Amino acid sequence: MPKVIKTKTEFEGRVLEEYVVVEGEGLTAWDAQAPLKFVGKKIPRIDGPERATGKAAYTFDVQLPGMLYGKILRSPHPHARIKNINTQRAETLPGVRAVLCYKNTPKISFRRQTFIFDEIVRYVGDEVACVIADDEEIAQDALELIEVEYEILPFVLDPEEALQPNAPKLYPDGNLLGGQPEVYQRGNLEQGFAQADVVIERTFRTQCALHNCMEPHGSVALWEGDSLTVWDSTQHIFGVREGLARLLGLPLHKVRVIKKYMGGGFGSKNNLGKYTVIAALAARMTGRPVKIVLDRHEENLATGNRPASIQRLKIGAKRDGALTALELKAIIAAGAYCLWPPSVGGPARELYACPNLKTEQYTVFTNTGPLSAFRAPGYVEGTFALESLMDELAKELGMDPLELRLKNYTEIDQTTGRPYSTKGLREAYERGAKLFGWPRRPEPQGQLRRGVGMASQIWSGNGMPPAYALVKINPDGTATVITGTQDIGTGTKTVLAQIAAEELGFPIEKISVEIGDTQMGLYAPLSAGSMTVASVGPAVRMAAHEARQQLLDVAAQVLEAPRESLTITDGLLSSPALQKPVAVHEVLKNLENFMIIGRGAREPNPEDVTVNTFGAQFAEVTVDTETGEVKVERIVAVHDSGRVINPLTLSSQIEGGIIQGLGYALFEQRVVDRNTGVVVNDNLENYKVPTALDIPEIVFEMVERPDPRANNLGAKGVGEPPIIPTAAAIANAVADALGVRIYELPLTREKILKALQH
Amino acid sequence: MATEAVRPRRRKITVRGPGKTLIKLIVNGETHEVLVEPRRTLLDALRKDLGLTGAKKACDEGTCGACTVLVDGKPIYACMALAIECDGKSIETIEGLAQNGKLHPIQQAFVEEDALQCGFCTPGQIMSVKALLDENPTPTLEDVKRAVSGNLCRCGAYPKIFKAALRAAKLLHQGS
Repeated sequence: MPKVIKTKTEFEGRVLEEYVVVEGEGLTAWDAQAPLKFVGKKIPRIDGPERATGKAAYTFDVQLPGMLYGKILRSPHPHARIKNINTQRAETLPGVRAVLCYKNTPKISFRRQTFIFDEIVRYVGDEVACVIADDEEIAQDALELIEVEYEILPFVLDPEEALQPNAPKLYPDGNLLGGQPEVYQRGNLEQGFAQADVVIERTFRTQCALHNCMEPHGSVALWEGDSLTVWDSTQHIFGVREGLARLLGLPLHKVRVIKKYMGGGFGSKNNLGKYTVIAALAARMTGRPVKIVLDRHEENLATGNRPASIQRLKIGAKRDGALTALELKAIIAAGAYCLWPPSVGGPARELYACPNLKTEQYTVFTNTGPLSAFRAPGYVEGTFALESLMDELAKELGMDPLELRLKNYTEIDQTTGRPYSTKGLREAYERGAKLFGWPRRPEPQGQLRRGVGMASQIWSGNGMPPAYALVKINPDGTATVITGTQDIGTGTKTVLAQIAAEELGFPIEKISVEIGDTQMGLYAPLSAGSMTVASVGPAVRMAAHEARQQLLDVAAQVLEAPRESLTITDGLLSSPALQKPVAVHEVLKNLENFMIIGRGAREPNPEDVTVNTFGAQFAEVTVDTETGEVKVERIVAVHDSGRVINPLTLSSQIEGGIIQGLGYALFEQRVVDRNTGVVVNDNLENYKVPTALDIPEIVFEMVERPDPRANNLGAKGVGEPPIIPTAAAIANAVADALGVRIYELPLTREKILKALQH
Repeated sequence: MATEAVRPRRRKITVRGPGKTLIKLIVNGETHEVLVEPRRTLLDALRKDLGLTGAKKACDEGTCGACTVLVDGKPIYACMALAIECDGKSIETIEGLAQNGKLHPIQQAFVEEDALQCGFCTPGQIMSVKALLDENPTPTLEDVKRAVSGNLCRCGAYPKIFKAALRAAKLLHQGS
């Protein structure tokens, strides 16, 4: 029977307490030695061929009969009031079907006190109007014919300036999100610092980084009567459905959201976008399907970013390295809108045993493009500052950096006092150090200086209810997994097929997986927070288990064999009572169109332990003292994410996370012109992401310790962990090479050369 | 080169447009006649006029490589060529690689090595590898890196793309 309980779930550094209806208890995790046939095996993606042949239809590829295209007019000013819009000339251009703006659309509120088409624009790139036309070129032409009269308002770009009392205000209640900082405290900070033998305080700065997913954000909207279907490039089809229904005043069952393939999200596609709502409004207005996809420049202006941070971090320790106090004051530049501020203090609060601690976070509105989640939001930034300062502390104490980290190791979650369900960080340190050859003292230095550094990773990755799945066994002996999750490029479909095949005893070729459509009705949470496998996987296993039980019930009667004697392997039913194994379809073929339908739900999270992921990375760099160029030679990573379901797709995520972390460490940075608020590198020519030529040698291993308390798989997430410590490890290696530390990311040549002058 | 540029050209210049103009594109061996505005890129002609959405539009300004196709055997960014420039030319796209439902060895290697994550850049990566292997059947790792250095992958599948290209070279060698 379903139970209503209150549960605590950690999502991206914040603990949420909510009521959930839980089901699905009673299936214990496979133990570490269980002989598994599909789970834990390197199985190539089941949808790899579609992606490799160009057949996979992404939202960007959806073309419907009679479809119109939308292009959004964006503000050229960082802060202005729209006095008037004249769309007449645009509307008369042949091929233009509609122009939407605040004048002819319902006033739909969107994020705080703002609207889909607002009369105030708050950053360069904010939505002003939208042209709907027969083709994109025509829509683009028409944008230039819209006349907008702006009343220019004073603007503020810098978060520290925005906190000043006389700063221009983005909102009537001021520029600070929530009106006050987010504060976390434990112990007695003053006492902690008084007990310390060494106190170090530094300010770290991290840049604003842009996602640049390869598939731009976009939606296609189609009305059939009063029902709306939307194809959306999203990490959360059910979230988009809920948002659209709420904003458009529709019942949930009248909105269907589909996302079959997606070209990357990295957090920027977690939530409903304005373009989606505009596409739906325009499709209703014109009576035709409407597609709005953003171009690369819009991607870099309006779809989110990892916000810049300023972190004042103070650390106190005894001579033996034991931490006595930690204090963080962080300022985050939210941009113009903010749904979910990153938790920059997360690593400081959780990573080490430290009794006296305070984190204070100011999330500040500025007249720049809005932040969004970006792969381990807050933790990448926070880990850079914390792990940099830990290295400085080690230097000050004359300790090895790894030794200092081990000195402050904790088996207890410092924020709740609960033990960790499992924690493989010590093993990650030890194995990483061995693989890397730590501590290796670099050879004598010439023009090329070598350096080594390391950093630690902590992140939730625990997954959460609710998530549902069905497993159907079809009359032909195949099985279909149905769930409302989405594959954002991580290999979700493959992993779910492995779980179902394992539990059913079917060959994996007999399993198909249907996801990415709300019409299937089975809710699954957003694909973010490294929680898809740990949320949806257990529901799939439960559904497969139930389907298997039904199959055994039926087979026992059809085959006239004792039920307990029956086993299923490779899709064949065997029993000592049978002369030879019988294929599943042979059992079902005489039952007409009888279907087996197993139902599964994600079990609740444990209340008495904290489920987390851990890891450690080691970096070796060379720095060219003539050019300032940093070359990352080698990254060694060892992570603990519980049981590994698919080592092949997992290794891709690990490598990808490290490579994104490398870009963040060395060259990625949004640059905003101080005088105009214009992003000067809103394209892939000038915003530098890693290319094939930047890739270091990457060596990694998994601790691979199934976590029986986490869920019935023993698996945790791995999407975000690998990006978390990379920049910190590289920064520590660069500091080791240079002999001086740079406190600001990215570590550009200019900064390196400047540091070398001292 | 400079002197050549100022000399009047003998080649007859065809004036196209304004308005739509009829061109012939030979795509994966099939001839298509399409009516396009002169400003339409080869990429949009493939995607919108021919429904071949394998080549992806991720930047539309020659900075990412997701739209890489082969024109007369050479890899180009399809977003940087006008469709009318390709009139009468032979174009190879990702859709032309698999034959009779069987993956091309490069595609097979990409799947087996997991050289793709979201897959949006994959058709472009594969076409760049195709161009490399057509030209150089036994590339080194450095050759591969250079060949795909104009194809961005935000998921960071690069290490596996390198492996897949080298594996594909082997598969093609065994097959021939």
